[in-house]
Amino acid sequence: MPRHKATAAVFAALVLAGCTTDKPASTTQSAAPATSAQGSGTGAQSKFFVQADFDAQLAMRTQTPQGPTDKPWEQAIAPQMTGTAKYKKDGPYHLCFSNAAVNNPWRQVGWKTMQAEAGLHKEITKFTALDAEGKDDKQISDIAELQAKGCDALIVSPNTTATLTPAVTAACAKVPVIVFDRGVQTDCPVTFIKPIGGYAFGADAAEFLVEKVPAGGKVLALRILPGVDVLETRWSAAKVVFDKSKVQVAGVEFTDGDAAKTKSIVSDYIQRYGKIDGVWMDAGATAVAAIEAFEDAGVPVPPINGEDQQDFLQKWKDAGLTAVAPTYPTYQWRTPIIAALKILKGEEVPKMWNLPQPKVTSENLSTYLKPNMPPLHYALCGCETLPGFPENWGGKKS
Amino acid sequence: MKRALPILVVLLVLLAAIAVANPLFLEPAGFLAFLKRAAPLVILAAGQYFVIVCGEFDLSVGSLVTAEVVIAARLIDGDDAATWPVIALLIVAGLLVGLVNGVVTTKLRVPSFIVTLGMLLILSGAVFLWTGGAPRGALSEGFRAFGRGGLGPVPWSVLILLAMGAAAIWLMRADFGKTLMATGDNERAAALSGVRVDRAKIFAFMLSGLAAAVAAILLGGFAGVSAQVGQGLEFSAITAVVLGGVVLGGGRGSVLAAMAGAFTLEALFTLLNLYGISGALEFTVQGVIIIAAVAAGAIRLPRKFTPRRGDAHAAS
Repeated sequence: MPRHKATAAVFAALVLAGCTTDKPASTTQSAAPATSAQGSGTGAQSKFFVQADFDAQLAMRTQTPQGPTDKPWEQAIAPQMTGTAKYKKDGPYHLCFSNAAVNNPWRQVGWKTMQAEAGLHKEITKFTALDAEGKDDKQISDIAELQAKGCDALIVSPNTTATLTPAVTAACAKVPVIVFDRGVQTDCPVTFIKPIGGYAFGADAAEFLVEKVPAGGKVLALRILPGVDVLETRWSAAKVVFDKSKVQVAGVEFTDGDAAKTKSIVSDYIQRYGKIDGVWMDAGATAVAAIEAFEDAGVPVPPINGEDQQDFLQKWKDAGLTAVAPTYPTYQWRTPIIAALKILKGEEVPKMWNLPQPKVTSENLSTYLKPNMPPLHYALCGCETLPGFPENWGGKKS
Repeated sequence: MKRALPILVVLLVLLAAIAVANPLFLEPAGFLAFLKRAAPLVILAAGQYFVIVCGEFDLSVGSLVTAEVVIAARLIDGDDAATWPVIALLIVAGLLVGLVNGVVTTKLRVPSFIVTLGMLLILSGAVFLWTGGAPRGALSEGFRAFGRGGLGPVPWSVLILLAMGAAAIWLMRADFGKTLMATGDNERAAALSGVRVDRAKIFAFMLSGLAAAVAAILLGGFAGVSAQVGQGLEFSAITAVVLGGVVLGGGRGSVLAAMAGAFTLEALFTLLNLYGISGALEFTVQGVIIIAAVAAGAIRLPRKFTPRRGDAHAAS
């Protein structure tokens, strides 16, 4: 049967190609680059890594933020204030928002929180939001369209950094712009709002593992995708921490954020090494799947990091895990609305608005675990006191 | 069996390669874990086979799987008592989607490629609208048992796979299989010789929907609630089927080979993973397989006109 033979030949060729292809730098090979110390298996450093940013973010973790402690979304770490008198105008206001997407639970929680925040302020009579559906080209035209709608201030959550920069720059000339979540390569926006950042996230998780995993222990690193700056910085910070430590990074794998794939990868590693002593993740959405791989293999769950998602926090509590959850708080979605109003009232705002980025630990786990919220809800939404909570966020009244 | 031989050889080679990379794979626990992981795709491939062999496509299975898992989570909402009624509902929903695909394809004469692509968009859009991108609710322990638990050391999903596989082979050996094969080989000739072509096709689509429902139950059980669970599964299933030597366009290939194709694909993914090769390559590999398989089929097209023994009739 020639057809079968041909298929088999193509197939064999593929397998061979697979075996001989240069492995990506960030895999199981232990050829440690010159920069790394004892730790091995972490591969080459990401081209997104910037030492100064890394140092600044790690330092920010211990700085005391300014502002009300019960409202972390109004706090700022080491703010450099900037004047906004030239934007001062009388209300009522029309705020506009160009959103990158609402295509994952994190953005869903954030978007609901932002809408609720906008609803709190009577002086905002109109709030126009356009969803770019994860497409750069749509977001560029969205931003242009919003400028024609008479917005008093424009909030942008950019889909990608470089591509959106010209669109944001153009908008800056016409209307006060507030950028949050992901950045752009210009300082023309009045303020840029973000939590401390990816380096702090990655380092928080890696430092925890280095502390909990015995020397020589094998850590499996799970990443979503390569090439996304907020995720690259998480891994590059973890790499720095692991390279200085005595733990071995057994593998660095991409999961595409897919639970089934995560579970399969972790199962493979458990089989291959017999024992995995720690799991590092660049995002916690698939943490429960990783944990279940250990449970299903009948071995104890090693120290692991997740994120502030309810399903992970629940599992953590139920199974008594050794875990930590660095966060990328969804409460940052409240801040742009607050910033916009401050700017339109002519009040000073931080040029770089760095929000605190708390860490869920076994000590404070019970404050963040909310049994009536859906499994994919993010605990640090800062939304508990907003109208419509918990129903609008998918929760049940207790 | 004879038609499944080449793909079985490839499968064995891959399994041997995995065993070299990971000796634990040869132990029962390791191998059963592989079967458990492959089960949903193998079942989907069997369903897709019925549709492909009668000359059609079902592109909607991936989004159907996602929809089923998301619906299950929302309806069960962690309540174990709801497990069985929801499972029944999922199966009915799967059959219903297949019925709609089949009826629109055959009665309204819309190409199945378009119908099921439309269904894919409708289902994924509906899921997104209903969940707002973040699934709500939770699956019960009872529901998850099908994907995680087992009867002693044998996972439930392996047992379900055996039952579904046996049923698929039996169906292709029965009159239905011959009808389906004849429909795919030459629809007009089949119709003229008294085959109820439309009914056979509708039934094939319903089997594909049923397979998607079962795969959803296993996948939801295996990995939990996710709005991405079915992403790309339709392509994996089609790749698996053509990898098994089933001809796109219909009329040739065995269901056993299609299922072996799914195992092979899963083994290949496992191998790529063991060698630390990026997940992005999976799509590339699938694309190459689809193109290569169709090209290999086209190269020998002229020979189609020389009658070969049992060509259009061998079911498995």
